[in-house]
Amino acid sequence: MDPIAFVTDPVMQGFLQATTRLAIPIMLAALGGMFAERAGVLNIALEGMMLAGAFTGFATAYASGSLWLGVALGMSAGAVIGLVLAFYTVKLTSNQVVVGIAINLMMIGATSYAFRAIFGPGTDAPRVTPFPPVNIPILADIPILGPLFFQQGVLVYAAFVLIPLSWIVMSRMSAGMAITAVGEHPEAAETLGISVARVRTLCLVASGLIAGLGGAFLSLSATGLFLDNMTAGRGYIALAILLLGRRNPWGIAAAAALFGGADAFQLRGQGFGSGIPYQFLVMLPYILTIVVLIGFAGKGRDPAALGRPFQRNRAE
Amino acid sequence: MTSAIGDGPAPLDLSGITVRFGSFTANDAVDFSVGRGEIHALLGENGAGKTTLMRVVAGLIIPQEGTIRIDGRPVRLASPLDAAAEGIGMVHQHFMLISTLTVAQNVCVGIAKAGRVFPDLAKVARDLEEIGARYGLQVDPHALVGSLSVASRQRVEIVKALYRGARILVLDEPTAVLAPQEVDGLFRVLRMLAEAGTAIVFISHKLGEVMALSHRVSVLRHGRLVATKPTADTNPAELARLMIGEDLVLPTVDGAHTPGQVAIETRGVSLRDELGVTRLSDVSLAARSGEIVGVAGVDGNGQQQLAEILAGLQAPAAGAVIMASPSGPVDVSRSGPGRRIALGLAHIPEDRHHTALVDMSIADNAVLDSIDRPPLARRGFLAHRAIRAFATRLIAANDVRCTGPEQGVMTLSGGNQQKVVLGRALAHDPRVIVAVQPTRGLDLGATAFVHRQLLAEREKGAAIVLVSTELDEVLALSDRIVVMFAGRIVGAMSRAEVTLERLGAMMTGQAA
Repeated sequence: MDPIAFVTDPVMQGFLQATTRLAIPIMLAALGGMFAERAGVLNIALEGMMLAGAFTGFATAYASGSLWLGVALGMSAGAVIGLVLAFYTVKLTSNQVVVGIAINLMMIGATSYAFRAIFGPGTDAPRVTPFPPVNIPILADIPILGPLFFQQGVLVYAAFVLIPLSWIVMSRMSAGMAITAVGEHPEAAETLGISVARVRTLCLVASGLIAGLGGAFLSLSATGLFLDNMTAGRGYIALAILLLGRRNPWGIAAAAALFGGADAFQLRGQGFGSGIPYQFLVMLPYILTIVVLIGFAGKGRDPAALGRPFQRNRAE
Repeated sequence: MTSAIGDGPAPLDLSGITVRFGSFTANDAVDFSVGRGEIHALLGENGAGKTTLMRVVAGLIIPQEGTIRIDGRPVRLASPLDAAAEGIGMVHQHFMLISTLTVAQNVCVGIAKAGRVFPDLAKVARDLEEIGARYGLQVDPHALVGSLSVASRQRVEIVKALYRGARILVLDEPTAVLAPQEVDGLFRVLRMLAEAGTAIVFISHKLGEVMALSHRVSVLRHGRLVATKPTADTNPAELARLMIGEDLVLPTVDGAHTPGQVAIETRGVSLRDELGVTRLSDVSLAARSGEIVGVAGVDGNGQQQLAEILAGLQAPAAGAVIMASPSGPVDVSRSGPGRRIALGLAHIPEDRHHTALVDMSIADNAVLDSIDRPPLARRGFLAHRAIRAFATRLIAANDVRCTGPEQGVMTLSGGNQQKVVLGRALAHDPRVIVAVQPTRGLDLGATAFVHRQLLAEREKGAAIVLVSTELDEVLALSDRIVVMFAGRIVGAMSRAEVTLERLGAMMTGQAA
């Protein structure tokens, strides 16, 4: 096949666009997770944060007619969960894994219940018109890169901006140094005049805002609907993507793109009638993630204080 | 009050400081001051309350009673930030550095001096170079702290305190992690700082260093201040007496040395850690029955890993570990601790809290390594009466101060915990003993006990590998000494050949 014809083929175009669309929510959740983990808090609640963002975003946009208000409140819902998580894990120094899982389980029930309470149990799914794709002039016509990056909804562009922004925060700003200090050596951070509790709480709020945006992306940009448990484990996959990307924004973007590509590929594989049972195709992105994780095993290094609650003024 | 050196009110003056943890009084009405340009040593045994007192100064503990004055002005130090604002800089025993940040980032994180939002690291680097040039404290501002040696990290800590405007510098046991030559370097820096007007508190339990460095010395015992004297008016013997409250002579090995067969040896052992860094390369070491082989070296040069390989906690990447057995030498390189214990190995690990003791009763801990053997257990069931009897014997033989075998081991003092560990290790007449820092954190009384026990085992014919960063300990007990540097054995000598200069040169990798 002529290579130019291949990359401008509508099927290929669709595949590339879908790659980005599928990668973005996971990338956002992983980016949220990064802020929490770099500060030493294991944020299992990414799934719950996303679900809260997806539901609150949808319900707000449906009621107000404003997608942007939906995005704002969806992010806020994630932030509120970040505060709840901070209350338990930072203030009460509870087990971070247990609290995170509890939040996730609660959010599945809470969003499904609230959805029925507001929209009724009908079979007719309420819809909002999602963010339309906005083609960036000229850039959108570049083969491969165009459909990947420049023919997307506006939230995708917002997500793209967050990557360099997060990198600047972590590697160039005082805030990033303080976050690293808290995640590596909280006792030292305290002696340096950094409040471990404050930094961890703020990181969890940031984590919730970004993961909430990932959730709102699902309902307001990717679909225009809300479905029960519509995150379907993306918050957990984000934890793997976070590891794969070594808790670095650029790494996270690359890892999420890999997963999104595999996911887009298997969706198309189902459509083409390849003869492979679709259950196996659905497994593909997950298997790929596991295989790549094995390849990366032991190469990265966790923040030294990850998962370890910190208490001030312990008598020795 | 004014101090012996400098004019005006003392930069730091503590009076009547009392700190209680529950029913335990860590500091009992302690008075302490340090003047401008003065080096004031704070001397005391482990647990005497030195570190508690300095945590008060650092704003990490708020005392129940007492007054802190800075330049004569009463202050309240409720947080490390308060202490830093008053010009107090701490160099903690366990460094307060973030290993994944650079030197420049470490010194400016948390404060706005280099810019509130975007810190100007180039400017920080220039400031550090200026401080370095003034006091002989060279550090590379752009190096990752995790890649630095222990001595460099300590320099970073001092530079960090100065960069943050410290006029009062507190160093908590700063020489514990240094080789002799590095100690000299540190002392030069501290003298220079004092001449420039810095008030320095030097915490130590090493008498020689206190005598060499300080202008005044204060001695703490059981949380009370027992004396403050100009250093010129006292001597090591008097300080030792003040510190422990009695005359105490530590035992030393006697010259007679008739070693028997090789009981354990490593042949060309190498080890790499999980990050691929070589920790041991081509280490061959043999210990014979009836001798103590001291492994000296600055902390972190592979001694810990060698001990773990001897004890069977790690398998070497290359090389072999051989143990003697009744049927001749056995290669145990791939065997775990269980098989080695059966062959007569006893291990006294470095960190008794994490690797030696479990939060259970003394009795349960005493039998942990032999719980599958009669008479302590029969067909998998615990024989409680036998366990209790065994523990009672262990408590009596090792002078463990406790309420009985049922007392929780974590409620014992450090010295008594170590006696339980030692008693357990020695209960089955070991043929090989691997002792790692066996007296770390113990007071002199408990240290003397541990030393006597090890010497008694030597008399009984055990082969003992003693890993210690305390040179005094290695020198007092060893028949032979090997020195480790950067994962290699860089020198071996008999007791008669040892000089402190040679040892020091080997420990810093300067001589073979």
